[in-house]
Amino acid sequence: MQPIKSDTRRAVTETDSAVSVRNVSKVYGDVQALKDLSLEFPRGELTSLLGPSGCGKTTLLKIIAGLLEPTSGQIEVNGAKVTGPGPDRSFVFQDFALLPWASVIRNVAFGLELRGVAKSEREAIAEKYIREVGLAGFEKKFPHQLSGGMRQRVGLARALSVNAQVLLLDEPFSAVDEQTRRKFQEDLLELVKTEKKTFIFVTHSIEEAVYVSDQIAILLPRPSRVSEIIRPSSFRDKSVDNIRRDPEYLDIVDRIWASLRSYVE
Amino acid sequence: MYVYGHKLPALSSLILWALLWEVVGRLGLTFFIPPFSEVLVTLVGLIPTPAFLNALFVTAYAFLAGVFFAIAIGIPVGILMGKNRILDELLLPWVNIFLSAPLTALVPVLMVLFGFGTRTVIITTALFAIWIIILNARAGVRQINRSLVEMARSFGASPMDAFVKVYFWAALPEILGGVRIGVIRAVKGVIIGQLLISIVGFGALFELYSSKFLMAEFWAVLTVLFGLAFALSEFLAYLERKVSYYAAAR
Repeated sequence: MQPIKSDTRRAVTETDSAVSVRNVSKVYGDVQALKDLSLEFPRGELTSLLGPSGCGKTTLLKIIAGLLEPTSGQIEVNGAKVTGPGPDRSFVFQDFALLPWASVIRNVAFGLELRGVAKSEREAIAEKYIREVGLAGFEKKFPHQLSGGMRQRVGLARALSVNAQVLLLDEPFSAVDEQTRRKFQEDLLELVKTEKKTFIFVTHSIEEAVYVSDQIAILLPRPSRVSEIIRPSSFRDKSVDNIRRDPEYLDIVDRIWASLRSYVE
Repeated sequence: MYVYGHKLPALSSLILWALLWEVVGRLGLTFFIPPFSEVLVTLVGLIPTPAFLNALFVTAYAFLAGVFFAIAIGIPVGILMGKNRILDELLLPWVNIFLSAPLTALVPVLMVLFGFGTRTVIITTALFAIWIIILNARAGVRQINRSLVEMARSFGASPMDAFVKVYFWAALPEILGGVRIGVIRAVKGVIIGQLLISIVGFGALFELYSSKFLMAEFWAVLTVLFGLAFALSEFLAYLERKVSYYAAAR
């Protein structure tokens, strides 16, 4: 692993981490999916896991979520060891994972419903987040009446409404069209600013990762390991319109492509 | 159905067949087929008789009890088979064998085991219906989207919550399809049971009318039976349509 790139804004120390991955390995039968992987996720920031397909980024995310068990090593969230899914983390699924028989508001409130929150209370919370993701007026609609992009907004609102400290996003925009995706990326930057949560974001798009991330972890496959951690420093505070022409943005995109190209078949 | 761009009312194909029946009956080709109008008149006269009402009651009781057990046992067994690999391997061959087996041949064995009463008729009815209900519930559970299961887990669903709020609803379209076909098979089951085991209910009426060549009465009872089965099947199809809005989008 290369040293963490110096960051002028803040020093990354252990206490700042919302999530720590320590020496995690995962073996499926005779396939080593992850090997001795360690990674820190700074609190209140968005970290992307970026890599070619088959590099184990979704596996790592599901281990952090507690949906998969690591073969060895451990995960800590706010200093507590992860033994399974917990209320400190919530998950946004690539294929949305909405209940097709439930309305938007019930879907958004479903995480709270499972936690036994009273109906009026959870619907009030759900309404707030439905507004926040821009779906006001669609509360009574059903998933099949919404576009792909709107469905993922429902998935996002559901993850936000349980008020977990860590949001895990598994290629959340890969099933929506390019224009919707750009809008999502801008909205995501806004969410990271306003929600003060830790976001862990899996993507295979280099541009997307550089655009939205405070920190990018490049994962390389067979067996998966963190090859590099990049922390963009100059354009994060610029307005969303100027990021894509920032010289540092373009440099980082090129650099990541240079290191990934040999792994792409 | 559309003919030359005009929408025909539902069931109009049945009217066509009833007309054909009437014509064949009036031609007097065979005593076996009296005109449909004669069957209807017989039917109206037959319905208020105590013999008919008693038969209806006895048959409905055995039928509903059989269907109840088939559903109450079949759906949970099917869901468990869909979720548990070992159980599935153990039971699936038997379910498939019984689904295609000539169950009528088993009825004498059931009579030895359970006697000649209503109980055996109920068991026969349940045996006709249960296998397809099991298979469909199993298929419904097996096609559940994996990420729905993961979603329920990641938001902390208890096994009971996951079952009641996710698995059941996700499998419901298949379950209802299985219940609909199972109910139709149960109609066969109850009549075969009544003919072979204890000569009661509609089975006894069929036996009586056909042995005395009372064809109008015979067809009248058959028409009633067909009407009841058809209504039940349509009701279940209606329930299936109620969930079809999400069946395609799971």
